[in-house]
Amino acid sequence: MDTSAFPAADCGPALAATSLLRFATAGSVDDGKSTLVGRLLHDSKSVLADQLEAVESASRSRGQDTPDLALLTDGLRAEREQGITIDVAYRYFATPRRRFILADTPGHVQYTRNMVTGASTAELAVVLVDARNGVVEQTRRHAAVAALLRVPHVVLAVNKMDLVDYDEDVFAGIAEEFTRYAASLGVPEITAIPISALVGDNVVAPSAHMDWYGGPTVLEHLETVAVTDDPSDDPARFPVQYVIRPQTPEHPDYRGYAGQIASGLLRVGQRVTVLPSGRTSTIEGLDVLGQSVDVAWAPQSVTVLLADELDISRGDMIVPSDAAVTASQDLTATVCHLHDTPLTPGARVLLKHTTRTVKAIVKEIPSRLTLDDLSQHPEPGRLVANDIGRVVLRTSEPLPVDAYADSRRTGSFVLIDPADGSTLTAGMAGHAFADAVRDAAGAESGREADDDGWDF
Amino acid sequence: MRTAVTALEERENPYALSHLDALESEGVHIFREVAGEFERPVILFSGGKDSIVMLHLALKAFQPAPVPFALLHVDTGHNFPEVLDYRDRVVAQHGLRLHVASVQEFIDRGELKERPDGTRNPLQTVPLLHAIDSNRFDAVFGGGRRDEEKARAKERVFSLRDEFGGWNPRRQRPELWQLYNGRHAPGEHVRVFPLSNWTELDVWQYIAREKIELPAIYYAHERTVFSRSGMWLAPGEWGGPGEGERVEQRKVRYRTVGDMSCTGAVDSDADSIEKVIAEIAASRLTERGATRADDKLSEAAMEDRKREGYF
Repeated sequence: MDTSAFPAADCGPALAATSLLRFATAGSVDDGKSTLVGRLLHDSKSVLADQLEAVESASRSRGQDTPDLALLTDGLRAEREQGITIDVAYRYFATPRRRFILADTPGHVQYTRNMVTGASTAELAVVLVDARNGVVEQTRRHAAVAALLRVPHVVLAVNKMDLVDYDEDVFAGIAEEFTRYAASLGVPEITAIPISALVGDNVVAPSAHMDWYGGPTVLEHLETVAVTDDPSDDPARFPVQYVIRPQTPEHPDYRGYAGQIASGLLRVGQRVTVLPSGRTSTIEGLDVLGQSVDVAWAPQSVTVLLADELDISRGDMIVPSDAAVTASQDLTATVCHLHDTPLTPGARVLLKHTTRTVKAIVKEIPSRLTLDDLSQHPEPGRLVANDIGRVVLRTSEPLPVDAYADSRRTGSFVLIDPADGSTLTAGMAGHAFADAVRDAAGAESGREADDDGWDF
Repeated sequence: MRTAVTALEERENPYALSHLDALESEGVHIFREVAGEFERPVILFSGGKDSIVMLHLALKAFQPAPVPFALLHVDTGHNFPEVLDYRDRVVAQHGLRLHVASVQEFIDRGELKERPDGTRNPLQTVPLLHAIDSNRFDAVFGGGRRDEEKARAKERVFSLRDEFGGWNPRRQRPELWQLYNGRHAPGEHVRVFPLSNWTELDVWQYIAREKIELPAIYYAHERTVFSRSGMWLAPGEWGGPGEGERVEQRKVRYRTVGDMSCTGAVDSDADSIEKVIAEIAASRLTERGATRADDKLSEAAMEDRKREGYF
């Protein structure tokens, strides 16, 4: 098989290399999220004629005069029947500068788990606010989920500016309140943009109604925001997915460890430790899908060859010997419960972390977070669907878990029901979010948080 | 206070992956997850461009070892000869194993009935589920992409199917980070879509970059066709053309490859991959809207077929 790439220039401008941005939208039911998504797709010319015709025809058959752009995104029978979005949908569009994967998440309170799902892979979240209502509980909830999931960039889209006479003071007040709140939760970068999704102001084209605004449109920002961190800053983590052993006449002794680099860089010659065994070796070769390289980085899928014959299998993790992670059977995490069956102390579950699945017991549920006001309820007894809470877990084998604050990839896990295989709970290891929430809640209520009440 | 932060110009970052590299890495990761967690996976292979790209990713994911899965082709009996020829050459070239589930055999045995409109695409579900069941396949790779259709936009990468092969959108498992959950009960299986996040243009750009050979019908060629419901269909033993449908010679190509009875050709001069990419980038029609009759049966045709076990 010829797997060699040839220069993009050979195929003209349509083949120019572009980058990929994954982002999520969040907004309350009437904030105009579907209109914003529809407008982004429509004005970036990503809605093709036959899709628009289908929407027009469906709108007509419902007795509507104008095409309902929400029908572009609400695809399932139940959604169209009820006029609501019940699940995350993924949308794709492109400009000459970038490809976009949009996780279109429902805004209903009871679907917090869907926003968590959409935000888990997002590099940017767009939080919608109705300019007439300003920052409301739901806005705070969205900011908290974005902070909890550590989405690196947040855009505050202040929508319906046409209904407040495009007033700069209205926008500035909302932007200031949101920015202060989200920053205190630990959201690293916040960009506020005044828009009207219905009219099209500052979504794709700059607004003619807001001379006072000098910033980017939503699409411009999506196209230009920097989303790749420097992987050389992070310790390398390589969960072994699969061992490649051809045992063919051409490759009788080949033994390669296949996987996707979760964080950092790997180099030929690097001294590495295999977890959980603790044995060490040296990287002798690196293959990026058929091409031998000296260095590879996250999130490339690669094959690692080691100098020594070690007993390594799926679920092991290869890390630099000078930047290893301690494997432990005790795990404290913030979780979002996803399933209709509640999570209770004493529950026996399966825990999937990177490529390893182990048995685990829920030892304690010390607290549950109320996203509305970031208040915390000690010893809630159980977590029901959409609850966010703190759990203490004991696993049957030691796991090399990083803090989620340090690595979204090696700090995350899911809990699985061993009886029927359902995905129960999404988990983020470590304590970092607790401190941010405590500080934000303290600042918000204008009082010092007391230690007993804010151990979340 | 920052009311608006000027967007950062994207820095020159030597570690940034192109979108094709990012999608390729993700697809390979999905193949390896399945190889690590399932007993009897199989790749559904139609000879269409998406399944060809899927196979290419599988070859890359496990090299220098052979692909650890067999292929499964659901043969409607109305396939394009160019596609069957391509299928057999690929299987021989890479030393793969091929299972064929034949719609014709089910019709001959009286287990399926020909539809009045002659379309065999909806009939594929029965032989597909039979093949999955009788071979005890527990993971079935499909080339479906979320950009194809609004029901597919809601599809997970790992999609649990019940013992009847059915898809229940309300019972889907949430899918977070890259942590795919492949747990299933005996009799159930998981459909896996490594190209979930690819678009039609991504697929074509990748085919160009990797210099992947395709069946010739994807490129513009002179062909005998006739018009039905606004589409150019190929005449054949499946029953076209009907009365009053006039056959003519046109320069066409195919954007999707399925059953001859429901896959239409489009007028095109694009006889090279560069021209195909330019044509798709400028097209105002989706590939399914342009060329697939099966999706036009009702507003939720795809969702309904998926519930019954279709991809």
